Amino acid sequence: MAGKGESWLRSESAQGYALISPSFLYAVLLLAAPLVTILAYSFFQDGYLTVVHEFTLQNYIATWTDPIFRVILVRSLFVAGLVTLITVALAFPIAYYLSFGLAPNQKARWIFLITIPFWTSYLIRVFLWKVILGYNGVINSALESIGIIGPNGLIADPLQMLNSVGAIALTLAHAYAPFAILPIFVSLEKIDRSLLEAGQDLGESRWRTFLRVTLPLAMPGVVAATLIVFIPTVGDYVTPELIGGGKMPMVANLIQAQMLPLDNRPMGSAIAVSSLLVVAALSLVFLWLNRRFLKVGK
Amino acid sequence: MKIPSLKIYAIAYLIFLYAPIFLLPLFAFNDGTIIAFPLKGFTTDWFAKMAENDTLRHALSNSLIIALTSSAGATIFAIFAARASTRYRFKGKGGIMGLILLPMVLPDILMGMSLLLVMLEVLKVNLSIATVILGHVIISLPYAIAVLQTAFATLDQSLEEAAVDLGETRMSTFRLIVLPLVMPGIISAFLISFTISLDEFIVAFFLAGNQPTLPTYIFSQLRFPSAIPVIMALGTCLVAASILLLSVAEFFRRRGVKRTGAKDTGGFL
Repeated sequence: MAGKGESWLRSESAQGYALISPSFLYAVLLLAAPLVTILAYSFFQDGYLTVVHEFTLQNYIATWTDPIFRVILVRSLFVAGLVTLITVALAFPIAYYLSFGLAPNQKARWIFLITIPFWTSYLIRVFLWKVILGYNGVINSALESIGIIGPNGLIADPLQMLNSVGAIALTLAHAYAPFAILPIFVSLEKIDRSLLEAGQDLGESRWRTFLRVTLPLAMPGVVAATLIVFIPTVGDYVTPELIGGGKMPMVANLIQAQMLPLDNRPMGSAIAVSSLLVVAALSLVFLWLNRRFLKVGK
Repeated sequence: MKIPSLKIYAIAYLIFLYAPIFLLPLFAFNDGTIIAFPLKGFTTDWFAKMAENDTLRHALSNSLIIALTSSAGATIFAIFAARASTRYRFKGKGGIMGLILLPMVLPDILMGMSLLLVMLEVLKVNLSIATVILGHVIISLPYAIAVLQTAFATLDQSLEEAAVDLGETRMSTFRLIVLPLVMPGIISAFLISFTISLDEFIVAFFLAGNQPTLPTYIFSQLRFPSAIPVIMALGTCLVAASILLLSVAEFFRRRGVKRTGAKDTGGFL
């Protein structure tokens, strides 16, 4: 028995478990446990300055019967969907260019150039869009200086672009752009180039080869890009606050208001869990719709 | 193929990506209190005002402490996790790695609020920069792992086997062979985590209590039009610092790939 135990200790899996355990433990304590805590709190009751630890469905009933919550959730999903559509559509040609249009030794440099803006001060970048789109902003003052806006111009007053869903979507699409490029690039890189030659040797045009070979093989990357952009943007806090001027709140703004200023943590938790469930359900439906593309690789 | 038109598109796309960042120094050096065109004269006043600001200095020192500590923590965890996931096979690896990498897709607000709940309601500890550090480790860990996985995956296993055959122990093999080869990856992972922590807003917003960090300080100032020029100056410094850190990280990442003799195709992710 002892011998068996010893050999297990020296075995590959034991060493793997030993190495992974610090990170795993940390993730369980500071990620899984806190998420479970949100779930538990969403079933608790908010008392005055305390939380009553008794099971109740009251928070969920209040959340789902509140028309404001439904408006905000629909707005968040709509904005995130729009952002995802713009981002993935703009990203695909770039990923294609990186994978098919560049010499191998140039790829790393381009990817580096594309990822840099993503890592630099998110808050400042969002605020700069406010500067660009504002009433006295870059676009309006540029149009004024060339005479399009003004008493004698085509448009009398500066354009009102801020505080709109479109401005929020544009800002988020800019912020998440690199995140969509990389998964698509990775799946394009995996495509066996001889398949494309075969397609053309068999008499397909380039365009049809693209539609029938390249695109289906790139779909796992497109699906990954969609989820990687959609899920975090539903929960974005900064952009609705700065670009929407606080007048176009999304789910994260609602959660923040419940958690900090209103100090109703069970209610904030119920809103978070409800939104997360909706997002998870939508993601699963999306994966299911794309199941025939995802099977190919496996 | 239509590569020339694609190239034009790619360059236009890069201009779109960088446009806001290029505007930043224009306004930071602009001698006017309103952020609008036309630009007035050149001034470095906003940078001087920035250097005099005590709250800002406090926020900077908090941010540096948080970034240094959390990126050291994330890098150490990531070394173990990346080594385990690239070198060893064990049951449940997919699920375990899935949990550790989850923060990459999870909205930051969930991380912020769930940790706030645990700190205040379950553990009943006071919010401080220590709670932010705990949160930033979990956020930067996936990115540190992604960088280190490339470093470990391109490692030629026969080098380790050769060392063991020549009488080295497992530990000394790791120290003498593996560690020097992945060292550029480790430095790169550290710098990436540092940049993430320095720029991270939501988790710090929830977990810092009354302690300012650079991003939460910036956020609090954005409401005051008179504070904006100084924030533009600060933003210019932050973006310059981020680009510098990332360039050094990329330099080490590439050196690591070259050292292990692999073909370089990818970036940080």
